[in-house]
Amino acid sequence: MKHNAWIALLALMLTAALAVFACGPKDQPAQPSPDQPDQPSQPAEAENELVIFSWWTAGGEAEGLNELISQFNQKHPDVKIVNAAVAGGAGSNAKAVLMTRMMGGDPPDSFQVHGGAELLQTWVDPGMMEPITSLYQQEGWNDKFPQGLIDMVSRSGQIYAVPANIHRGNMLWYNKSLLEANSIMPPVTLEEFFTACEKLKAAGVTPLALASRNKWPVTHLFETLLLAQGGPEFYRDLFAGKIAWTDDRVKQALQALSKIMGYVNTDHAALTWDQACGKLMQGEAAMNVMGDWAKGYFISNQWQPDKEFGATASPGTLGSFIVITDTFGLPKSAPHRQAALDFLGIVGSADGQVAFNLKKGSIPARTDVPTDAFDPIAQATISNFSRGELVPSCAHGSAVKERFMTALNDELSVFIYKLDVEATSKALEAAAVDAGVRPTE
Amino acid sequence: MRRAAKERLLSFGLVAPSCLMLLIFVYGFIGYSAWISMTNWEGMMPDLQFVGLEQYDKLIHHGRFQRDLINTGVFTLLFLAGNLFLGLMLAVLLDRKLSGESFFRSLFLFPMSLSFVVTGTIWVWVFNPSSGLNTIFSGLGFNVENWGWITDPRFALTCVAMAAIWQMAGFTMAQYLAGLRGIPIEQREAARIDGASEARIFRYVLLPQLWPVTVGAIVILGHISLKIFDLVYVMTSGGPARATDVPGIFMFDVTFNDKFLARGAAIGIVMLLMVAMLIVPYLIYARRMDAD
Repeated sequence: MKHNAWIALLALMLTAALAVFACGPKDQPAQPSPDQPDQPSQPAEAENELVIFSWWTAGGEAEGLNELISQFNQKHPDVKIVNAAVAGGAGSNAKAVLMTRMMGGDPPDSFQVHGGAELLQTWVDPGMMEPITSLYQQEGWNDKFPQGLIDMVSRSGQIYAVPANIHRGNMLWYNKSLLEANSIMPPVTLEEFFTACEKLKAAGVTPLALASRNKWPVTHLFETLLLAQGGPEFYRDLFAGKIAWTDDRVKQALQALSKIMGYVNTDHAALTWDQACGKLMQGEAAMNVMGDWAKGYFISNQWQPDKEFGATASPGTLGSFIVITDTFGLPKSAPHRQAALDFLGIVGSADGQVAFNLKKGSIPARTDVPTDAFDPIAQATISNFSRGELVPSCAHGSAVKERFMTALNDELSVFIYKLDVEATSKALEAAAVDAGVRPTE
Repeated sequence: MRRAAKERLLSFGLVAPSCLMLLIFVYGFIGYSAWISMTNWEGMMPDLQFVGLEQYDKLIHHGRFQRDLINTGVFTLLFLAGNLFLGLMLAVLLDRKLSGESFFRSLFLFPMSLSFVVTGTIWVWVFNPSSGLNTIFSGLGFNVENWGWITDPRFALTCVAMAAIWQMAGFTMAQYLAGLRGIPIEQREAARIDGASEARIFRYVLLPQLWPVTVGAIVILGHISLKIFDLVYVMTSGGPARATDVPGIFMFDVTFNDKFLARGAAIGIVMLLMVAMLIVPYLIYARRMDAD
C-alpha cells in the first residue's frame, strides 16, 4: 500500500520535527554566563528597543512611569520603549512573570524591584545583575542619594540599582472633619491612638480602616507596631535575625495588633487597601495606617491634602521612617544594555525624580532636587526623610528575604482571627528558622 | 504477513509523535519535578544537590500545609456531593421530555464555557458582604450585619465550593442525561406495567445503571477539585485565615514569591499523588469493565 507508506513517512517526519523542536532551544545559551554581560547575537529588528518591566499599570504609578518614558523618548527618539508591565496581585503576578523571563534567558532591559532584600538576595546574590557603580560615579550620584539608601542597593562595595522614589510606610491617614467633630488630636503615641479609638467607637465611627483581602496590609500595619514597641534599633536587629520572634517586644506588638482588631471595620477581609482608604473618604472610618501611596489615591479622587485629610507618623513611630523604595537595575544579560543605562540615567536624574514622583505620590530619592512643586504632606515627608531613622520595610520585601515575608503574611492572616499571641510568636520563630533568617536552636 | 507488519509499522509511526511529546513534556517534567523536590534549590540558580525527603518532612509539619490538605478534602467532598446531587436532579427533570428541553440544557451547561477566573470574579461580588446577597437579604428584612459570607473563615470555603458547583453542575447534568438516555425505554415501561412507582423505578431500574456515569463524573470532577487554584486565587487568595487555602496557592507562593523551587516542587508532587490516588483505582476499574 503506497498510500500507507506516505502516511508513515509523514508521521516519521513529524516525529523528527518534534525532536528538533524539543532540543532546539538548548543550542542557544539558556543561562546567562556570568563573565559575559553582553549577548552578542540579538535579532536585528529589536536593536533599538528598550524593554522596561514593572507592575505599574494603573493610576499615578502608570502616569509616573509614562513621565520617565517620555523624558527618555525626548533624548533618544530612535529607541522604541516596550512597556512590559504586568498587572495584578500587588506585584506578585509580575514577580512570577519576571522570574520565568529571567530563568528562561529572556530578561527585560531593566525591571522594577524593591531595594533591600528583594533586590540583593533574590537577584544580586545569584549573580544575575550587573553593577552600575560606574554610572553613579559618571553622574555624580554618590552624594545625591543618602548613604543609607545607597546601602540598600549595594553589595560588597558595588551599587546595583537606581532608586526611583521613596515611600514612607509608617503613616497614619485621617479624615480631618471626623477627628475634629469628635475633638480628637491626631494621635502621636500608641496610648493616644487607643484613646482616640475608644472615643471614635463610642461615637459610632469605625476608628481604623483595615483591608485584609490581600495579606500584606496587615503585615504593613504590624511592622509599624513592631517599630512602635521596640524602636528602630530593635526593628533592624529583629529582621537581621539577631533577636528571636519570641521576644517580649514582638509579643507586645502582637498584643497591640490584637487590641486594634477590636477597632477595625468588620468587612476587612473583603477589601483591598484602596477600598480601605475609600472608607475614610466616605466618612465611614476615621483613620488608616498605609504607605503614602494612599495619598496618591486620595488626590486622584479629588480629596484635598491638609484640608480634607491629614497625615502623621503612625502611632509611636514619630522619629522613624520605614523606607520603601522602587529601584531599577541592570540584568546581566540585558539585550539592550546601552539603552538600559540611558534609561537608568533618566531615573536617577533630578528632572526624572521630580516628574516621576509628582505623579506617583512618593518623594524623590535624591535629597538635592527642588521640592516646591510637591504638596505639603510630601514636603513634610521629604524633611522627615532627611532627618529620620531610616529602617527597611518587611511587608514590601526590603527588610528580609521573601521566604520569611510569605510566612509572616500567612501567620498574621491567621492571627487577626485567632488573636493567639503565644502561638503566633512561636510560629514566627519557627518560620524564621525554617527560612534560614534565624540560626537553628 | 508482510502486510500486517506494514500496518504495525504504520500504526507505530502514527502514535510515535504524541508518545514522544507525552514522554518529554509530561512524564519527563514530572520526573524533573520529583528530582527537584529532593534538593534544596532556592533562588534563581539551580542547586541540584540531593537532600532526600527533607522537603516532604518539612511540609508534613507545616501548619499551613496541614490546613491545605484538610481544606482540599472538605472542598472536594462539598464539590462532588453538590455536583452529583444537582447534576442528577437536573438530568432527571430534563429527562421528563418537557418542552424547551434544549433551551434548559444549554442554560445549565452554559456556565461551563466560562473560565474559573470569570466565575470567581462574578461570585466574589455575590458573596461580598456589602454588595451581593446581603443587599437582597437586608431588603427582605434580615439583620445581615454579621453575615460575612466569603469574609467569614467559617463559611468561606463553602462559598468557594458553591461557585465551583455552579460552574460544573451543568456538565454533570449532561453526563447523567446521556446516561439516562442510554437506558432502553422498554425497561421503564416493563417496570410500569409491573406496577412500580416512578420513585421505585428511579431507585431500582435507573440508578444502578447510572453507576458508571457517576464513577466517571467523580474522576473528572475530583481531579479538578484536587488541583483547584484559579477559582480560589481570584475569589480569596486563600484567606481569610487560611480558610480557603489549598496546596495550589501554597505552591504558587512558595515557588514564585519565595523562589523556593525545591519545596514548590514537593507540593506539586504531593498534589500529583493525591490525584493519582483517584485516577489509578479508576483505571484499574475501567480495565476490569473492559475485560468484562
